[in-house]
Amino acid sequence: MSFDVAAIRADFPILSRQVHGKPLVYLDNAATSQKPQAVIDAIVDYYSRYNANIHRGVHTLSQEATDAYEQARIKIQKHFNIKKKQEVIFTSGTTHGINLVAQGFSNLLTSEDEVLVSALEHHSNIVPWQMLCERTGATLKVLPMNAEGTLAMEELEHVLSAKTKLVFVNHISNALGTINPIETLIEKAHAVDAAVLVDGAQACSHIQPDLDALDVDFYVTSAHKMCGPTGVGILYGKEEWLEKLPPYQGGGEMISEVTFEKTTYAELPHKFEAGTPNIAGGIAFGAAIDYLQQIGFDAIANYEADLLAYATEELLKIEGMKIYGTGPDKTSVISFNVGDIHPYDIGTILDKLGIAVRTGHHCAQPVMAYFNIPGTVRASFAFYNTKEEVDALVVGVRKAQMMLS
Amino acid sequence: MSISERQQEIVDEFSLFDDWMDKYQHLIEMGKTLPLISPSEKTDDKLIKGCQSKVWLHAQLTDNEVVFTADSDAVITKGIIAILIRVFSKQPPEAVVKAKTDFIDEIGLKEHLSPTRANGLVSMIKQMKLYALAFETQLNE
Repeated sequence: MSFDVAAIRADFPILSRQVHGKPLVYLDNAATSQKPQAVIDAIVDYYSRYNANIHRGVHTLSQEATDAYEQARIKIQKHFNIKKKQEVIFTSGTTHGINLVAQGFSNLLTSEDEVLVSALEHHSNIVPWQMLCERTGATLKVLPMNAEGTLAMEELEHVLSAKTKLVFVNHISNALGTINPIETLIEKAHAVDAAVLVDGAQACSHIQPDLDALDVDFYVTSAHKMCGPTGVGILYGKEEWLEKLPPYQGGGEMISEVTFEKTTYAELPHKFEAGTPNIAGGIAFGAAIDYLQQIGFDAIANYEADLLAYATEELLKIEGMKIYGTGPDKTSVISFNVGDIHPYDIGTILDKLGIAVRTGHHCAQPVMAYFNIPGTVRASFAFYNTKEEVDALVVGVRKAQMMLS
Repeated sequence: MSISERQQEIVDEFSLFDDWMDKYQHLIEMGKTLPLISPSEKTDDKLIKGCQSKVWLHAQLTDNEVVFTADSDAVITKGIIAILIRVFSKQPPEAVVKAKTDFIDEIGLKEHLSPTRANGLVSMIKQMKLYALAFETQLNE
């Protein structure tokens, strides 16, 4: 099947709107993706036809809602090739999943232990580990990066040891789009008996990870990066790990028996799903996966690789263009600066032209400090972007350059 | 010229441009005329942190008037600062404390002063008024 981008764009109502009187060119997909009609419909359908609380009711609506929600869990399980459905924990998103694991490790770490994180992290991702180390006295180690914006794997032996109990790395860097060699990291970490948590927030819109084959211990992601709604995501954990971690929050759904003396926790996955979840969100996440599957991740990857190559080539024709993150393995994200023009200025002019990009440090201050820049302009492409939109970006950047220098 | 007269003057000036590009070009030019904060004053304690661009602000009381100098690492932010300084600098502290900034809406640059914009400008205005308030108190003592 050929890739019909015009037909795909028609699935996304927002793509036909205008901004400042110009057609919207949405190139901020790494922040959040747009939603196809099928996902919007799934939300409307749930609230219009079978809104009810799940897992407890005997009535029809509750049963229908529970079935749809659990069906979504199975779709997610299959999509990520996860062995058991109880290994799929619904969360409010990636950050929630990370904090759940970090909190759980509070009981497992001592002051003798070490936690290893990569230098390519989103800074909000570093904080839970700093807090974990403060609570337990464990030491936080950092795997550095090199000038291409890739992890300095040759340094791994200096920071990974028998003391390392947990390794945390993002699958793909949000600031630069670099794909990290997580297979190697997982293998080396397992060789010293360390668990690995991978943040897949930036990856799952571009690739379909096979979590069974990866043999990763924990994997987290958010639905909103992959055409699903905000406020929902998953934590995958190997069953033996999830059994080992204590519950994260107390409340309804996560208990099996409660007396004032003792509470027995519910079985997985409910042990980690306290309270009424984002039911509509979970169901719509399932719809998003159906939508992406129908297009196919091979087709998405091929199309985005083409778009990335074209955009890189065209942007590099601009005088003073500097692209950050030039490793061989990267997704369709281009982080750049033009001469010494401030990224904020370029972003402001682009916005006036209807072009949405992200500017600033992308919550990755350590990465920006490495390159000694205040930030970058980041254009991140999705499978619904076009070469014409790349052209609009290039014209916009040239216009901004003309106005600002 | 009073603060409101200066504001009207800027509104009139910008009304000459119908096109947003010309308006921004003018804003950028104004940024270039900004009375720059002297490098010795451009210290971290003069820095107003915004998520997107940095702003340095210095204030002093000269002949019972507040004098502001400032700088930013982003040119468009600098343009807005230049407007604010043209309006507020060399004015009695009391007038600065009481002044409104609605004129920015009239020029069509409202989005730059949105509290969620994170460019440091909203904090800058707050800081200007705090300086003015401090000087006003000083004068009344």
